[in-house]
Amino acid sequence: MEFFEATATHVDDGPVPAPASPDAREHLVVIGNGMAGCRAVEELLARDGTRFRVTIFGAEPHVNYNRIMLSPVLAGERTFQEIVINDSGWYAQHGIELVAGDPVVAIDRVARTVTARSGRVTGYDKLLIATGSDPFIIPVPGHDLPGVISFRDMADVDAMLAAAAGGGEAVVIGGGLLGLEAAHGLTLRGMKVTVLHLMPTLMERQLDEAAGWLLKSALEARGQTILTGADTAAILGDGKVEGVQLKDGRVLPAKLVVMAVGIRPSVKLAREAGLAVGRGIQVDDHMVTSDADVLAVGECVEHDGQCYGLVAPLWDMCRSLADGLVGRTNPYRGSVTSTKLKVAGLDVFSAGDFSGGEGCEDIVLRDAARGVYKRVVLKDDRIIGAVLFGDTGDGGWYFDLLKKGERVAAIRDVLIYGQAFASGGGLADPKAAVAALSDDAEICGCNGVSKGQVVASIAGGACSLDAVRSGCKASASCGSCTGIVETLLALTLGEEGVQAGPKTMCKCTSYGHDEVRRAIVEQGMRAIPEVMQRLHWSTPDGCSSCRPALNYYLLCALPGEYVDDQQSRFVNERLHANIQKDGTYSVVPRMWGGVTTPTELRAIADVVEKYNAPMVKVTGGQRLDIFGIRKEDLPAVWADLNAAGMVSGHAYAKALRTVKTCVGSEWCRFGTQDSTGLGIKLERGFWGSWMPHKFKMAVSGCPRNCAEATIKDFGVVCVDSGYELHVGGNGGIHVRATDLLVKVTTEEEAMHTAAAFVQLYREEARYLERTAPWIERVGLGHVKARVVEDEAGRDALAARFWHSQSFSQDDPWAERVAGADAGLHQPLLAAAE
Amino acid sequence: MTDWIDIGTLADLPLRGSRTLTLAGDPVAVFRTHDDRVFALIDRCPHKGGPLSAGIVHGHAVACPLHNLRISLATGAVLGEDAGCTPVVPVRVAGERILLASPVRAAA
Ligand code: SRM
Ligand SMILES: Cc1cc2nc3c(=O)[nH]c(=O)nc-3n(C[C@H](O)[C@H](O)[C@H](O)COP(=O)(O)OP(=O)(O)OC[C@H]3O[C@@H](n4cnc5c(N)ncnc54)[C@H](O)[C@@H]3O)c2cc1C
Ligand code: SF4
Ligand code: FES
Repeated sequence: MEFFEATATHVDDGPVPAPASPDAREHLVVIGNGMAGCRAVEELLARDGTRFRVTIFGAEPHVNYNRIMLSPVLAGERTFQEIVINDSGWYAQHGIELVAGDPVVAIDRVARTVTARSGRVTGYDKLLIATGSDPFIIPVPGHDLPGVISFRDMADVDAMLAAAAGGGEAVVIGGGLLGLEAAHGLTLRGMKVTVLHLMPTLMERQLDEAAGWLLKSALEARGQTILTGADTAAILGDGKVEGVQLKDGRVLPAKLVVMAVGIRPSVKLAREAGLAVGRGIQVDDHMVTSDADVLAVGECVEHDGQCYGLVAPLWDMCRSLADGLVGRTNPYRGSVTSTKLKVAGLDVFSAGDFSGGEGCEDIVLRDAARGVYKRVVLKDDRIIGAVLFGDTGDGGWYFDLLKKGERVAAIRDVLIYGQAFASGGGLADPKAAVAALSDDAEICGCNGVSKGQVVASIAGGACSLDAVRSGCKASASCGSCTGIVETLLALTLGEEGVQAGPKTMCKCTSYGHDEVRRAIVEQGMRAIPEVMQRLHWSTPDGCSSCRPALNYYLLCALPGEYVDDQQSRFVNERLHANIQKDGTYSVVPRMWGGVTTPTELRAIADVVEKYNAPMVKVTGGQRLDIFGIRKEDLPAVWADLNAAGMVSGHAYAKALRTVKTCVGSEWCRFGTQDSTGLGIKLERGFWGSWMPHKFKMAVSGCPRNCAEATIKDFGVVCVDSGYELHVGGNGGIHVRATDLLVKVTTEEEAMHTAAAFVQLYREEARYLERTAPWIERVGLGHVKARVVEDEAGRDALAARFWHSQSFSQDDPWAERVAGADAGLHQPLLAAAE
Repeated sequence: MTDWIDIGTLADLPLRGSRTLTLAGDPVAVFRTHDDRVFALIDRCPHKGGPLSAGIVHGHAVACPLHNLRISLATGAVLGEDAGCTPVVPVRVAGERILLASPVRAAA
């Protein structure tokens, strides 16, 4: 961790500043190593890297980090290292002296010095005050008990985490942005959280009543208790927090109380130094205070009567400040702000003024089913405010129109449906909309990055989302602009030029498939609830997208050990049959390599008659499908088929389906090898193996390819000299012919290569990704390198496959026939009529 | 007056799963969620009649096995972009026992 034990290592350098080697440069001293202070220095260095020698004093014992990301740190989604903006290397590189952990306690404007708590006195030519804000603590009885914590810096997060260890109850006072993010984090950390909010609706300064109510319901659905209109009377406890008492007498038990009711600009130093101070330190359009050599920036300032509590205005301020310092004019004219809540899976956006009133016009769209609420407020044909809940994709666009003050009469009727619709009748390419944004349109509000800067970063070599994130920081914080950044990547580089990055698995998590999978393997996770807990799932038990995927990943990682979770499987895999549109099931027994016998055919015929199956059909996969079986009859049907030696064909499963064959050398006048025999060997070897998606094979006896091997996931085309092994074929909507993987000379080699290929696919493809899109994504070269060129690697893959197979070739039908999970098939109460 | 009929205990229902029965001619799906709450719906998806009892149960919702619409177990309403609603069958847990309101028609 980037720690600076500053008080111990930095020694007082005497009342008269006397640097060891005289430095002719002007000395810029910055008070506050936070977001605004460091950004101002960055902006200055970008304009003139030589004029100033810089010293930064920080009260916190850390390098400069991204304060807004404390919420994800609390929630366990990021680590402290991941939110560092400038590490110690940055200070060293620019010759900046960081005095961390030693706050400035006095400014002497006559002597032009500052004094730190350690007694150190430092002279300045220019002074920059960037002390941020102090959390407001309501002075109720008990407010100073241990266990009452504010939410402002890393120390607060550490204190909350310590308190949250072991669970228990927490009360968060304040239902604004900070309070709700604290509540979310603590809930994910296993605490039972109650939010107390004085006003009748949450985030009332950013949201209107409707959105506040939707937000409340959404948070309640996640297990939080939200009490609005709740006025705190006292914090109870003897030596430590034990509860909170409300004015109406209610008492809520709590071992942790987070006070998040508001902030006050931190102006004590400035006031004591005699600078002009109103609510904040008063500054002009270039951030100069009432003393020409003292500047101030960030949340501690008041500009034109306004104080700000969000980062976007800081970026504007820092640009004007740096320009002013190097003698350029670029007056700061105030900022319009927008707000986003950083709670995974909850999209809330607001901007501008939506209090309504004289001359204002509301456009509202509600989609109760989707949980969407959008409201745009117009005045004099211009957007002056917007509140979005549930679908915030167009927030940036509304905000851009609002800031530019653009007239919207021409698109008034479709405005509420969003940018894609408004700019082209609904069919418009959403890309065109992003392309149409001006260069100075702000893309990333968290880090103050404009479209022009994102494009410059891409043009400078950032070819993936991750590269853009580390390059210009766009999309590196709350992530809400990710979609736009991806579009900019595609626009700048063309679709092919973009290196794909992880997309999140589903709404329940902020991780992508690959990250989740890596974490499962690296951290040795063993069960779905463990994955959800450790990776901070935002829902109690996932959804129908992530649960089957997690089940598969665990199954693949821990063959023989992991206990399959039936409730995380799609019904077909749970009932081992294909559900049909009328709720009945179809049953497909295996017919090895498409070869059958009179006994099998007789057993099938008997089943059809005995259970009145309305249809029996030859499938496109060379076997028979019995349709219209009732759920209750499935075990009996299977019992009859098992008795004739047949097992499940997995026609329903993300697993090996069919292995199609042609007659081959045994009968066909063109046949070169025993394609039927090899097909049967493959099917006997590979059936039962769970895969990311369904998997089909075929073996054709010659290049005439009657078994259609070249549109299969794994296809063999026999030739005189051996076997061509083809991979990544697909029928379906997008037909893809296979790629030739390798040619081998014996059946054994063919089986061995097949095992290695299947295992690579099992271990690397994302759930529900068939071999065709997987190979398109990772490239044939990668597959060849692993399966063909790396002999030892191939052997290891094949060995892992056969190990896994040793646990997976139990016929699921036989298990059910033997009585496993009988309840799944039987009604709960036979005679409830 | 609603008649309550006893249909069994929590242990008869798979966690995050469902079982079915027929009540006054209607198929009913009884669900048990992750937090051991019990819900009952007519076992017919408002979309095209899919058997909701066969869906994946998550949170207080079930994903229909036919086309993956998500249905709220508490209200029977389709969640997400589509509309529609399947009738809810009132259900009560009394001690160990699960009680279902009967007949369904009176409640629907
Ligand atoms: C039964 C069968 C049609 C038939 O009567 O011949 C069939 C039936 C279904 N196919 Fe198929 N497919 C059948 C052979 C095929 C084939 C031909 C083949 O395997 O040689 C293909 C093209 C080859 C391929 O997969 O690449 C095929 C490509 C699909 C696709 C598109 C897959 C893709 O990757 O794009 C789907 C959709 C999906 O899986 O998402 C699909 C999905 C389905 C589903 C599961 C639709 C559904 O979700 O309910 C159908 C289930 C029927 C059932 O309940 O039994 N079926 N399906 C065939 C069963 C073969 C078997 O014996 O197991
Ligand atoms: C948990 C959390 C989440 C947030 N989320 C968002 C968000 O999503 N979007 C958004 O726009 N904004 C958000 N904010 C607000 C945003 O972080 C602030 O607007 C921003 O950090 C202000 O920057 P600043 O430099 O003015 O103050 P700070 O970043 O607080 O920096 C001030 C620094 O000065 C130090 N300091 C104070 N006094 C002294 C002294 N006497 N000597 C030396 N050092 C001193 C402080 O310790 C602090 O490190 C969030 C804030 C928090 C706490
Ligand atoms: S082609 Fe379409 S209709 Fe026919 S079985 Fe396949 S999915 Fe069903
Ligand atoms: S029948 Fe339920 S989603 Fe179509």
